[in-house]
Amino acid sequence: MFPKGLVKMEITETKNGREVVARITGEIDHHSAGVAREWLDGMIENEQPPRFGMDLSGVTFCDSSGLGLVMGRMRKCGAVGSELFIVNPSAEAEKILQIAGMDKFLKIEKGVKV
Amino acid sequence: MRKQTEKNVFKAEFPAKSVNERFARSIVASFAAQADPAVSVIADVKTAVSEAVTNCIVHAYRDRKDRAKCTVYIYCSLDAKRRLTVKIRDKGVGIEDVQKAMQPLYTTDPDGERSGMGFAVMQNLCDRVKVSSRPGKGTVVTLIRAI
Repeated sequence: MFPKGLVKMEITETKNGREVVARITGEIDHHSAGVAREWLDGMIENEQPPRFGMDLSGVTFCDSSGLGLVMGRMRKCGAVGSELFIVNPSAEAEKILQIAGMDKFLKIEKGVKV
Repeated sequence: MRKQTEKNVFKAEFPAKSVNERFARSIVASFAAQADPAVSVIADVKTAVSEAVTNCIVHAYRDRKDRAKCTVYIYCSLDAKRRLTVKIRDKGVGIEDVQKAMQPLYTTDPDGERSGMGFAVMQNLCDRVKVSSRPGKGTVVTLIRAI
């Protein structure tokens, strides 16, 4: 659970083989993205997995702060030799990725059980 | 779908705190709901409003030490043709070059992980986006969307 009371977002970590998947639920905006960034970067730095997934199935709102969050984590993963992939994006998350054209170059996996 | 017959408006103002981004999009969504629009339309409006309000908080008052005392103003109207107009105003630094600022991927705050896609998202989700700005005086972003 996120420490800030108004941030309705939580990340849980599951290991599936050599992957780490972080589940993000709730609303991603500028206010919540900063906290999410710290959590995700901590996971990436500590685990340095070959593949790092952001499960966006529980995202109920996402503006361009979510794009910044994904782009930043892509850079972070690249710096430690991990491959970033997106898992089961909700309609809200997928729409913003499509508007930005990020669905063209991001690895997006749908229908994944995590 | 309920028929909108007469114009309705509301005004709001709140401190330029990031916690109010959610509040801002929620009150506009609640106001728009009186026209009984599709859920996807409400989602688009919320996202566009969130982008504009975030710009006020992240960029407009970036040089102000008393940022929490700075104010974001919203004026919202819904007319008889079910056209929602949302004006989001700040009294911040203004934008020197609006055309440049509206280009995709342009940002003055790359360290803050801003994607530079805020205006592109607004334009994608609204029928019309107008930006008027005076450096040193502030900016008004007008979002128009048929709902």
